[in-house]
Amino acid sequence: MAVTGIVFLLFLVAHAFGNLKVFYGRADYNTYAAWLRTMGSPAIPHRLALTILEIVLVLCVLLHIGSAVELALRARRARPIGYAGGRPKQSYASRTMRVGAILVVLFVIYHLLDLTFRVANPKGIAGDPYDNVVADFSNPFVTIFYVVCLIVIGLHIRHGVWSALQTLGRSNARRERSINIFAIAFSVVLIAAFLAVPFGVVIGVVH
Amino acid sequence: MADSKSTADTVEPDENLLFTVGDPLQDAKAPEGPIEKRWEERRFKGKIVNPANKRKRSVIVVGTGLAGGSASATLGEAGYQVTAFCYQDSPRRAHSVAAQGGINAAKNYRNDGDSVQRLFYDTVKGGDYRSRESNVHRLAEVSVQIIDQCVAQGVPFARDYGGLLDTRSFGGVQVSRTFYARGQTGQQLLIGAYQALERQIAAGTVKMNTRHEMLEVIVSGGRARGVVVRDMITGEIETHLADAVVLASGGYGNVYFLSTNAMGCNVTATWRAHRKGALFANPCYTQIHPTCIPVSGDHQSKLTLMSESLRNDGRVWVPKAKGDDRSPETIPEDERDYYLERIYPSFGNLVPRDIASRAAKNVCDEGRGVGPGGRGVYLDFSDAIQRLGRDAVEAKYGNLFEMYDRITGEDPYTKPMRIYPAVHYTMGGLWVDYDLQSSIPGLFVIGEANFSDHGANRLGASALMQGLADGYFVLPNTIGSYLAEAPYEGTDPKDVDEAVTAVKERISTFLSINGDRSPDSFHRELGHIMWEYCGMERTDEGLRKAISEIRSLRDEFWKRLKVTGASEELNQTLEKAGRVADFFELAELMCIDALHREESCGGHFRAEHQTEDGEALRDDENFAYVGAWEFTGTGTQPVLHKEALDYEYVHMTQRSYK
Amino acid sequence: MKLTIRVWRQKNEADKGRLAEYPIDGIEPDMSFLEMMDLLNEELIGKGEDPVAFDHDCREGICGMCSMAIDGVPHGPEKATTTCQLYMRHFKDGDTITVEPWRAAAFPVVKDLVVDRSAFDRIIQSGGYVSAPTGSAPEAGSTPIPHEDASKAFDAATCIGCGACVAACPNASAMLFTAAKVTHLGLMPQGQPERYQRVTAMVEQMDAEGFGGCTNTGVCHTVCPKGIPLETIGRMNGDILKALRP
Repeated sequence: MAVTGIVFLLFLVAHAFGNLKVFYGRADYNTYAAWLRTMGSPAIPHRLALTILEIVLVLCVLLHIGSAVELALRARRARPIGYAGGRPKQSYASRTMRVGAILVVLFVIYHLLDLTFRVANPKGIAGDPYDNVVADFSNPFVTIFYVVCLIVIGLHIRHGVWSALQTLGRSNARRERSINIFAIAFSVVLIAAFLAVPFGVVIGVVH
Repeated sequence: MADSKSTADTVEPDENLLFTVGDPLQDAKAPEGPIEKRWEERRFKGKIVNPANKRKRSVIVVGTGLAGGSASATLGEAGYQVTAFCYQDSPRRAHSVAAQGGINAAKNYRNDGDSVQRLFYDTVKGGDYRSRESNVHRLAEVSVQIIDQCVAQGVPFARDYGGLLDTRSFGGVQVSRTFYARGQTGQQLLIGAYQALERQIAAGTVKMNTRHEMLEVIVSGGRARGVVVRDMITGEIETHLADAVVLASGGYGNVYFLSTNAMGCNVTATWRAHRKGALFANPCYTQIHPTCIPVSGDHQSKLTLMSESLRNDGRVWVPKAKGDDRSPETIPEDERDYYLERIYPSFGNLVPRDIASRAAKNVCDEGRGVGPGGRGVYLDFSDAIQRLGRDAVEAKYGNLFEMYDRITGEDPYTKPMRIYPAVHYTMGGLWVDYDLQSSIPGLFVIGEANFSDHGANRLGASALMQGLADGYFVLPNTIGSYLAEAPYEGTDPKDVDEAVTAVKERISTFLSINGDRSPDSFHRELGHIMWEYCGMERTDEGLRKAISEIRSLRDEFWKRLKVTGASEELNQTLEKAGRVADFFELAELMCIDALHREESCGGHFRAEHQTEDGEALRDDENFAYVGAWEFTGTGTQPVLHKEALDYEYVHMTQRSYK
Repeated sequence: MKLTIRVWRQKNEADKGRLAEYPIDGIEPDMSFLEMMDLLNEELIGKGEDPVAFDHDCREGICGMCSMAIDGVPHGPEKATTTCQLYMRHFKDGDTITVEPWRAAAFPVVKDLVVDRSAFDRIIQSGGYVSAPTGSAPEAGSTPIPHEDASKAFDAATCIGCGACVAACPNASAMLFTAAKVTHLGLMPQGQPERYQRVTAMVEQMDAEGFGGCTNTGVCHTVCPKGIPLETIGRMNGDILKALRP
């Protein structure tokens, strides 16, 4: 889970950088979107790089979800009877990992249908992601849904970063505090970057 | 000492015939020659079992604390087939785990003049000249190897900043020879032994039976050949046979109900062996620790020890006036009695355990005790906090203060601690020879369960040393001599049946009395009697009263006991009943032993025998012997066998701490 | 104080078990939680009922025998405290307290609040030791150990094997227990020769016992009466990765 999680984080960082291009205006943003397909061209065929990336991501998703399901099933087998009297204190982020993950999956499906396959988008114009984005966040329901999902993803990342570094044996007593601060800072900045887009549309900077 | 004459024949048997005097006793295995050569000589002369035969020899070990755990592991490593039993759910929980202070060893890492000779001397003197020189010398020799062994196992002893082993000094000695692992030395040593034991379990040389309680020894052909145990989960009564049996079942401090022992500590294994013929030596020697958290009410089940190190900086006092129940911080300086500093100006608050304990009892008897029931004295750190600052005090004693606060709900930084003595360790136990073999051939006894090394008083940090010495180094060598002669004649099935039947009948008796009192309620009452009359201070009158009260309470026990449930299940009330029944018999023997020993020594203080200053007054002329008791039946007079103690190397003197 | 105690009653491993409710009066604030249970049991014996079976021994927080989940929290609400050192002054008159056994498939209930923790012993058997047969030890002073390493090893070695970590973990994982031993021995020079085979064997055994996987929630550390640091898990994970390397 740790390794695939880190792949997602790297992807999300790149994704966030790309998103922020929306503030450079329609032309820059759409050119960037087109470049994703022509990456490495003409040396490598059209869309090859993107396709490889997509395959890697899909594989990671399968592995990540597979491991998560296995862990959850193991946990259920390991504790067939729960406590009736209550539960010990546990951080919100770690407690909501599994529930949050379901929302994240639903969100990703919606997000792909919305802006990749454009079937769920109010406009759904091929080759004009800028307009599609603006169309999305002009609808308050879509905006709220995006914001909520991004916060859940942020919580997932907050625990995920700490957990991945602990799993990979990168943590010790001296580093524990810094790792946790880093995990919080990283998830806050990353999610802020993602939230900037809907926020830009709502306040009218992106239109 | 083998040929020494008994000096105590002059003492008349008690007029009320509480006991009779039998033949003097000798340690047939006692080695001779220069003391520093005796252990080497014994090992050389002892027979050795050849490695191929070790696989064919079996040993039962009862109890897996420091002594039993280390013995099981070591015997397993040697190749014997070991079957071990403990009543806990894991060997890691034996009460050795609770020892705080440390373990002594004559390493002389401090270059402060320590040596095997000095540790030997300190231990004999600390034991108030009631232990065997040969045994104590061996203990001191082996102490050095124990530290090596434990370090090799990965025990995280305290280290100084150069990475070398740290030591500290401990009560009663002038050198720094106590190795420690913060306040949890017992835990760390036990875990070392436990891990070695688990390694042997994995290797198949030791078969471990947890949650099993030994209820009878099987003696056949005059030899110990096995045990009857109860599986505490299913209630099944099992028999296990072997070439030798080792008891490592700990001490019997719980006869007082309230003690620093674990709740499960009991005398059953050793008492059952005693009933089968093993002599019980010096049962009255009881160590009372001066710094425990006082009893807070009738509901109390257990006493908690606070490290003795607290007396280095705390000042002990009580109000001068009787029944002064003002809050301690409002009592002005001139209305306080710092009684230890007053009576013992040179040692002050640092007098030995027994003296500090008795002094606390005396001021409380005068009606000047503090806290609930007036059984407590103050241990005040306000001077230390003023002198050293709160931070320094916290650095030194922080965890102890926290523990005190957790238990009492009072903050010792602002309010003086209340402390009171509590039963802590029992020096008496089954009589063993130099080979640690009891008077039943094939029955070996190690650790606190035997009587061997501490005499009338144990020095701090010596219990861990003795447990591990016996388990790692002494028993595994001496038991070879016995096993080399094996196999012994087969066990007579009649003897096995008899033992099993006795166990089953006893259990069904417990279940069938169907009275109205729980085992715990009897235990509490027995504890009261023992603490009152056979505790810190004993008198002829009190002990006689105790014996008669114990007898009538014991009769009541067998009439009014209530045990719920059945035998074929986990039944903690039934377990308890069996233990309390044995405590009743032991309690009587303790009082008889205390009554017959007309002197004060170490952990035995007879009010009639004290100096003008109230110090213990030994009678070396008449009592320099081990009192080993033979069982003749419940309520019938036990027979006293005296093993005379000769001191060739250490000269007897009277202690003085003024 | 007057309280209502809801206790898990289960006759044996096969029994289904249920929560039973007992009112109890006369609780003093100076009683420990186990003394309160003693009192309840005395009352039950008086009425001829079967007392509640529970594990306990040293009653000074070091043997690791006591094991009760109090209102769903192993060893109850106080930090760094075992059940035996939890005092009734932390509860209020009229409270209802739910007392349950450790809940984990690897710790089957034996009776009432008593569970079988032998899985922990088997994890130690699989490699939680240094192979140092008696008599073979070199002179203790010959290997200096940096103060900090010894002290960190000690922090890990203070584990009392009570199983609260497993009982609290939402996955019923035994990582903290296993990691504490791996860290203790892994930090000592004496533990080096077997370091990597130890971690592999112990983790395999831990999995075979049916404990859950670790998701780094940190709850184990929160409830641990000895405060075993979470870093032990990080250190063990580091050792696992190193052991996996060819």
